[in-house]
Amino acid sequence: MAGDNVIKKIIEVRDLKHNFGDLQAVDNISFEVYDGEIFSFLGPNGAGKSTTINILITLLKLQEGIATIAGNNVQRDPAAIRKSIGIVFQNEVLDRDLTVWEILEFHGRIYQIPKNERKEIIEELLNVVDLEQKRDTRIKYLSGGMKRRLEIARGLMTRPKVLFLDEPTVGLDPQTRLKIWDYIRDINDSGTTIFLTTHYMDEADHLSDRIGIIDKGKIITIDSPDQLKNSLGRDVIYVNTSDNEKAKPLLEKITSIYDISESVKGIALLTAMDGTMVMPSILDVIKEGGLEIISINLKKPTMDDVFVHYTGKEIRNEPTDKVHPRPGHHGRR
Amino acid sequence: MRNEFLTVYWKEMIKFFRFKSLLITSLLQPALWMGFFGIAMSSNFDRLSAMYSISPGMEQIGYLTFMGAGVIAMTALFTSLYGGMSLIFDKNFGLMKEMIVSPMPRSHIIIGLGLSGLTKGFIQSMIIMVFGVFMGVEFFSALDPFGIIISILGILVFVGTFSSGFVFLSAGIALRLETHEGMQAIMTLLSMPLFFVSNALYPVDAFPAALKALSIVNPLTYLINGIRCFAIGPDFYALGKHYAYTAEVISISYTALLIFAVIAFAFAMNSIRNVKIN
Ligand SMILES: Nc1ncnc2c1ncn2[C@@H]1O[C@H](COP(=O)(O)OP(=O)(O)O)[C@@H](O)[C@H]1O
Ligand SMILES: [Mg+2]
Repeated sequence: MAGDNVIKKIIEVRDLKHNFGDLQAVDNISFEVYDGEIFSFLGPNGAGKSTTINILITLLKLQEGIATIAGNNVQRDPAAIRKSIGIVFQNEVLDRDLTVWEILEFHGRIYQIPKNERKEIIEELLNVVDLEQKRDTRIKYLSGGMKRRLEIARGLMTRPKVLFLDEPTVGLDPQTRLKIWDYIRDINDSGTTIFLTTHYMDEADHLSDRIGIIDKGKIITIDSPDQLKNSLGRDVIYVNTSDNEKAKPLLEKITSIYDISESVKGIALLTAMDGTMVMPSILDVIKEGGLEIISINLKKPTMDDVFVHYTGKEIRNEPTDKVHPRPGHHGRR
Repeated sequence: MRNEFLTVYWKEMIKFFRFKSLLITSLLQPALWMGFFGIAMSSNFDRLSAMYSISPGMEQIGYLTFMGAGVIAMTALFTSLYGGMSLIFDKNFGLMKEMIVSPMPRSHIIIGLGLSGLTKGFIQSMIIMVFGVFMGVEFFSALDPFGIIISILGILVFVGTFSSGFVFLSAGIALRLETHEGMQAIMTLLSMPLFFVSNALYPVDAFPAALKALSIVNPLTYLINGIRCFAIGPDFYALGKHYAYTAEVISISYTALLIFAVIAFAFAMNSIRNVKIN
């Protein structure tokens, strides 16, 4: 992402805030999405992903902050925004009693796509999402994956500059998810900018050019998947001992470990150097402390580790005397 | 000119014609009313009418004919009162979100729905008229074919305005509710008094003052005036009472319906501007 002067920003969000009563669903976030990229919001349920999307697509009224899409101000020119974007909502927005073709025809008509062009693009998109065989099938007889593909096709009918996908594969089986990822990549290859939200690590990791990690209404960090993973250091080591609570303070003393957190797989240690070199010291301090190692496991950092690191419970403050691969980037508050 | 309301209308009509059992019941129901209720009531009321003395030389119309107009009105009322129901479906399981974030003006959702209510009202009215004539309802008896066409158009104009008004009202309420059950309860609560405090089945002259006042603000009263005038004639006797619909009465009746429809539309527009979707 070097050469910033050639990269065009297609979405710009500044100091966006949104409250539902007392609840701060979106808490002063700023970010941009570049023209042609796949940008993801990765965060747990309730993080504020849908709220942000709903403000951008003009479903929710903007309360505070500035947002523009393709140069149009969300607040001042919702009509222009509505024409230039495609949307796939988090929850199914279809009509069980209509057919696949009718759903697309309805969309084409309310967006005033001329008849011939409408016919052409419906054919083309049915082909893209493999639903030609289902054109006259009613929605209630479609599988979850087919419905999602139909919604994606519909989102593309107006040939939008940006396609918003709110949790595009939630509730779908693994094969279907892979297939939808393929469609998303194809659509992106053909020039459409994609803004998606997900709470699946692998989805964000596999699809995104850049990921914004969002939690409790705040963006914690934005970077490419590789950068995010690299930012965690060299390796992740999971250790399980006879008493993890006692083990933690012992492990803190090892200087080449720069972050300790708890995960379902045990104590997660981020190493600042090759993990295999750190392992002997781990074995030593545990033994010296009179504890036993039950299991120990080394791997490269994954998106899960990134996520735990940025959003999970922090169990110790950053030490000052250790190597920081990306200073100031870990630890939330 | 923008015509997206036609798309909303198209979608509503697809769904209306798609469910054959629903379609057939909605068409059969008024016929059943005419059949059972009409014949049962007219065998009694016709005897009753015979006891009234009316001006010499005038004849009374049969009760079935009198009531036929009421059944058209009642059917239009019930059908259009439930016309907003589909919006609750759209909000909870359907395309409302899509429509709301589309460039289509929100008024088109309301207009399209109103148009579909009006169409359903037309279809049902025509069925009742045809069925009624077979049953012995004496509509359009003194008219030539041209007169009959004019009269049918007149009835449709009244029914259309009335139906749109009640679909708007129903839509305005539906957009503020979350569940079908709530809607059902409110519609039942509304439809009963509207129907019984009207001149659909009997004259309102003998009502106590309070009910009479209610019948004056009841749009159904004005619809029935219009239908009776066009279907039976401007001057007739029924149940011992003289009915005379001057041009003035009919224009006032239509204006009342129009005002009602405009107010209901404004209410529906207010609801859809502030609609909350989960
Ligand atoms: N319409 C609403 N009314 C009240 N609270 C809401 C509403 N929509 C969302 N919230 C709350 O705002 C927070 C963020 O929600 P959301 O943006 O849907 O999160 P996400 O999409 O990341 O799961 C949650 O705590 C949610 O309960
Ligand atoms: Mg969400």
